[in-house]
Amino acid sequence: MGAETPSNAASNAPGKGPNLDHPVFALVKGHFASKRFSATEFRGQSTLIVQPGDAHAVLGFLKNDPRCGFNFLADVVGVDYLGYPSKTIGRFAVVYVLRCFEREDLFFVKTFLDPSLPTDGIVEDPALYLDSVTDLWPGAEWMEREVYDMLGIRFRNHPDPRRILTWEAYPAHPLRKDYPVRGREEREQFRLVDRTDA
Amino acid sequence: MPFTLKPAEPFDVDVESTEYLKKHIDTGERWVLNFGPQHPATHTTLRLVLELDGERVARCTPHIGYLHSGFEKLGEHLDYNQYVTIVSRMDYSAPIVNDIAWHGAVEKLFDIEITPRCKVLRTIMLEMGRIQSHLLCVAAAGLDLGAFTAFLYGFNSRERIYDIIDYISGQRFHPDWTRVGGLMQDLPDTGVFVRMVKAWLKDDLAGAIDDMEGLLNRNRIFMDRTMGIGVLTKQEAIAHSCTGPFARASGVVRDVRKDAPFLCFADNWDGQGAKGVRFMVPVMNEGDVYSRYRVRVEEIKQSAKIIEQLIDAIPGGPIDTFADAKMVKPPKSQVYGSIEGLIQHFELIMSNRGWKAPIAECYSSIESPNGELGYFIVADGSPRPFRVKVRPPIFVNYSTMAKMTEGHLLSDVVGIIGSVNVIAAELDR
Repeated sequence: MGAETPSNAASNAPGKGPNLDHPVFALVKGHFASKRFSATEFRGQSTLIVQPGDAHAVLGFLKNDPRCGFNFLADVVGVDYLGYPSKTIGRFAVVYVLRCFEREDLFFVKTFLDPSLPTDGIVEDPALYLDSVTDLWPGAEWMEREVYDMLGIRFRNHPDPRRILTWEAYPAHPLRKDYPVRGREEREQFRLVDRTDA
Repeated sequence: MPFTLKPAEPFDVDVESTEYLKKHIDTGERWVLNFGPQHPATHTTLRLVLELDGERVARCTPHIGYLHSGFEKLGEHLDYNQYVTIVSRMDYSAPIVNDIAWHGAVEKLFDIEITPRCKVLRTIMLEMGRIQSHLLCVAAAGLDLGAFTAFLYGFNSRERIYDIIDYISGQRFHPDWTRVGGLMQDLPDTGVFVRMVKAWLKDDLAGAIDDMEGLLNRNRIFMDRTMGIGVLTKQEAIAHSCTGPFARASGVVRDVRKDAPFLCFADNWDGQGAKGVRFMVPVMNEGDVYSRYRVRVEEIKQSAKIIEQLIDAIPGGPIDTFADAKMVKPPKSQVYGSIEGLIQHFELIMSNRGWKAPIAECYSSIESPNGELGYFIVADGSPRPFRVKVRPPIFVNYSTMAKMTEGHLLSDVVGIIGSVNVIAAELDR
């Protein structure tokens, strides 16, 4: 496997690098010999970092190969790393939290994306696209809709690619780091009511 | 089920537009009914757009987000202790469970081992929260189907749990009880707490469960309204990532307390070889509304057994972790009574000081009353998390709503919503 990402390397116990001997790493590397991967580990939780184009194929392998057997998708997490203190491969990341019921194993697959357009609106960015995993786990439908709604990462072949928590016309993806916590102008448009005309 | 869906023409998913309604509402065969967001049977603010064929649901489109409050965004601006006030407002039918889940994840990030006394108290309150949530779900599910008396029994017993939570934390509804590496405060008086819990278990809960089961288990109307309704098979439940009693009613044998044990469910929790608590995980295979009700009632009994095992053996000793004094806020008596306590207090709460988190990310989950409640924390070395992602069990379980309701009668939709135990505050966050 390639070198671990700097972001997680520094965080483990001093003088000791991450423990990269999770057996699934070797299986994935053996099956996708021509692809590039990197890996990291923290508190016993192993993460495989894949190229965005390979994510669907790797996840399909992890689900369907009997030696891996990750039959359960626990969560899909979107992260915006703008302003993160250590260097990351890309600005946005999508993390798939996988569970194997048979071996009671928890495994993470992570992929990084970099936007090609300004991120302060809701424009469709061709760089922020991933293949949907709803064909592997139908339960990913709402999780991916939430990632799209909150961070603007769209999913190809998604059966119902609408926003889920905010409404369709909402002018931002609110969990992006460049979106302020108090909102952007939405509050300023409220009418001010003071004591005299209340 | 004798009813088969008519082959429908493919239509636009954007059911909110009036164009869609115009096209479909006058076909004479199908009509669209808007259910919610303000409706007594939805429990909270959620909306279903039902396409009906007569009284059968041909298609159901859930719309959520009416209670979206940006809880995850707020988590990026509050520190590891402050955010507990937000998480406790997610699943407000058992708020203390959220506190325990959140600080369990933070302690995993910081690699803190909490004291045995803290573990026992958190386990007792976690199971009490489970009973609290299941009582609400079971009672309200009965209420939706017309069984008003069962609702009263359930809510009467919940009041006693609120009294206990009020006693240990000072707040009835949102205790905000946990802290990094410990609890907000020790029990005011262990003896009083033990007496309160025992009196509630013996005098109140056992009777309430007996009464509810006597009213509902073999009730012909209740059985007719719930059996075979909203069926989810085992394969579907796993494929749709369902967890908790909702999935166990479909035959998914899985419980985070057994499969990835935490707190007192793990062996050797006190560092001296103590066995994990003994309990059984009820599972049913039918996957309908009735089996969800039965599984929840059985879980209440198992949770009561867990509390009975622990309540007589609450270990003494400190409530806050002693491994790393830099992590834990000192008790108020030390803050006001000693210079070291005051310094330590300000070291943690001043905006330019606080925790030295690792620059890393980790995921930790517990078995909440509704399933796997997990937190994915991205830490950037500052006292505030860089990103908090909650894995809300209700959100994931509720995503099967469209699948479960199709082909059922309109009146069954109410029963199915009740069986998912939808709490919109956690659904929308």
